[in-house]
Amino acid sequence: MKFLSLVIASLKRKKLRTVLTILSAFIAFLLFGLLCALREGLMGGVNIADADRLIVRNKVTLIQPLPESYEARISRIPGVDAVAVSSWFGGIYQDPKNFFATIPVKPETFLDVYREFKVPEDQKQAWLHTRNGALVGPATMKRFGWKIGDTVPLTSPIWGQPKDQSAWDFQIVGSYEVTKKGGDNSTFYFRHDYFDEGKVKRKGLIGWTTVRVKNPDQAAAIAKAIDTEFENSPYETKAEPEGAFAASFAQQIGDVGKIITGVVSAVFFTILLVAGNTMSQAVRERTEEIGVLKAMGFTNGLVLVLVLMESLFIALVGGFLGLGLAWLFVAKAPMPSTIPPLNLLNRDLITGALIAVALGLIAGAMPAIQAMRLQIATALRKN
Amino acid sequence: MNWLSQIFAIVSFSLRSIPQRLGSSITAAIGIAGVVLVLTGVLAIAEGIKKTLTATGAPDIAVVLRSGSDSEMNSGLSREETRLIADSQGIARNDHGPLASAELFVIVDLNKRSTDTPANVPLRGVGAASFDVRGNIEMVEGRRFESGKNEVIVGAGAARAFGGTEVGKSIKIGQNTWQIVGIFTAGGGIAESEIWTDAAVLQPAYNRGDTFQSVYAKLNSSGSFNQFKDALTTNPQLNTLVKPLSEFYADQSTQVTEFITTIGVFISVLMACGALFGALNTMYGAVSSRTREISTLRALGFGTLPVIISVLAESVVLALIGGVIGAGVAWFAFDGFQASTLNWATFSQITFAFAVTPKLLVQAIVWSAVLGLLGGLFPAIRAARLPIATALRDS
Repeated sequence: MKFLSLVIASLKRKKLRTVLTILSAFIAFLLFGLLCALREGLMGGVNIADADRLIVRNKVTLIQPLPESYEARISRIPGVDAVAVSSWFGGIYQDPKNFFATIPVKPETFLDVYREFKVPEDQKQAWLHTRNGALVGPATMKRFGWKIGDTVPLTSPIWGQPKDQSAWDFQIVGSYEVTKKGGDNSTFYFRHDYFDEGKVKRKGLIGWTTVRVKNPDQAAAIAKAIDTEFENSPYETKAEPEGAFAASFAQQIGDVGKIITGVVSAVFFTILLVAGNTMSQAVRERTEEIGVLKAMGFTNGLVLVLVLMESLFIALVGGFLGLGLAWLFVAKAPMPSTIPPLNLLNRDLITGALIAVALGLIAGAMPAIQAMRLQIATALRKN
Repeated sequence: MNWLSQIFAIVSFSLRSIPQRLGSSITAAIGIAGVVLVLTGVLAIAEGIKKTLTATGAPDIAVVLRSGSDSEMNSGLSREETRLIADSQGIARNDHGPLASAELFVIVDLNKRSTDTPANVPLRGVGAASFDVRGNIEMVEGRRFESGKNEVIVGAGAARAFGGTEVGKSIKIGQNTWQIVGIFTAGGGIAESEIWTDAAVLQPAYNRGDTFQSVYAKLNSSGSFNQFKDALTTNPQLNTLVKPLSEFYADQSTQVTEFITTIGVFISVLMACGALFGALNTMYGAVSSRTREISTLRALGFGTLPVIISVLAESVVLALIGGVIGAGVAWFAFDGFQASTLNWATFSQITFAFAVTPKLLVQAIVWSAVLGLLGGLFPAIRAARLPIATALRDS
């Protein structure tokens, strides 16, 4: 690109404006990246749901329990591969603000149903053999500075204390890694038998079950079979694919998330408009210069390309810096616990990059075409 | 006086020349309008939720839960306990007895009208005294439920947000079918997000035996809260947590409103930076396109201060125009806009209206003025520093 120096020279012509324009584009794309990450956070789990997993819960609502015996009855239904029972514990560490997902499960079936959870074999064995053992997500380990081997007391506003004890004591026997991007890595899993023995009410009842089916194509049929199995019992069930279950949660946050997204998108484009306008203004001011270039023998096509390159440069530098910082921020920055975990998908990064290219082309197009069509005589006469 | 007239002359001069730089001036104003729109819009959500939750809290109503619980969801009280609470000092009475309502709070699935997907709707079983305790329940359609029957009344917000809640229809929840006999309002409070029925009917339907989750009590006066609280805490048969209703709901709303406010402010600050760069660009552009005018004025004897002020004034005027547009759009588009979201404290839907309060509008205008000042400051200093001779010789 032998004309690169020419492009750079024109960008340097008004350094301050170039920098400010790059900065506006930068902010717009930073916002875009963070917003996408926030949306993914709010949609939590919809995208990481497995097609071959079903969630079975009480038909009335999630907070109504199911009998533990359902586990065996569900696993007898043809096509069901594995069944994991879960409950909501609502664990709190020391202060009500230190709240995180705490779920009692059966270690054997849990790891069988959630195959994306990778646990080192020795930690798995330890969990199988420690009654009050817990498997803690790396994010929560980090948050409280816990390490494997620690004993931590948790309380639960729902379940109170185990008999004769002031708190539920757990021994951290291991951690897990989620092999899927955006997977939840903050949940605290502990053993159902310890939970059921310690709680004073609702013994023998569980929160919900997760079912792995052998063939994802049959998931819908199996869900129906499960619901039919328990029809007209005191505990009717509702079985649905994991994705639909997660989506219904996301939709409950619904309106607010949608409105934030809507408003901010509008503003993203407003900032783009501002940046685009500045870029085209920069070109308009240089009419005379462009006339000179043409007089020197630059072809119309070349002038068009030069102007477009300049505009692309601004958009791409701003865009990539913005997306890059958003990515860094999502990956590294500590988040207050009131914000759901952010998650920036590659898909969104690519979309952002494409928008940056489009911004550069569109903002540059009008002035570039004007520049291309400019008559030398008019341009030179202008001032 | 000379200064003042100089300032006046030069400011009106620069303002009148705005139309010459219309393109960039408009984009600067639009940028700021966008910031203000988002800031106001997002904060209006938080205000709306707060308003709904605080509209509930009359100062002379108290709510009693089991100690250690943070919401009705995880509270539990026996009938014996609710009786002891109702008989405590400080509760108002009428002909039927103490104004205390023992209540049950469960969640049911209903489909949201907007998305046709299930959402958690609170279903509240209330005692006979509940209407007198709340004091602001008005039936807008139909009638109250009859005690002992599978009848429900639906809050106006819930009726708006969830399908199948018209009077005359019935909803099937688990094994039970409930007849909808009325729609009620509660002065804009959170009860409007709920469905109400007789607690005595709800208990067996949800295998709750003879237990409740909360007691709502009307106090003798707003001053008798401490008396009531002392009566409960000194009673060795009770282990309860008692709060004024207003405080109870304010506590419940903190998580949601904090979340929205954090996000809203964060986004707005970022966008403000974006708009600031836009404004700076515009004003630098304005100064550079007026280099010759400004130098001429300076050569004529106008001081640096009037020049600075004129640039600042232009910037602030543009920003204020943007701010007013943004706030206006936010007000027209969002104020009163009905929405619903999940209240994490009770895990159930709360319906509310966006509230673009005067406080928010003022805040929006102040924000835009600050942005205008910041955006104009550096270009203004540059304008004042333009070397007269070179500037005049230039271009």
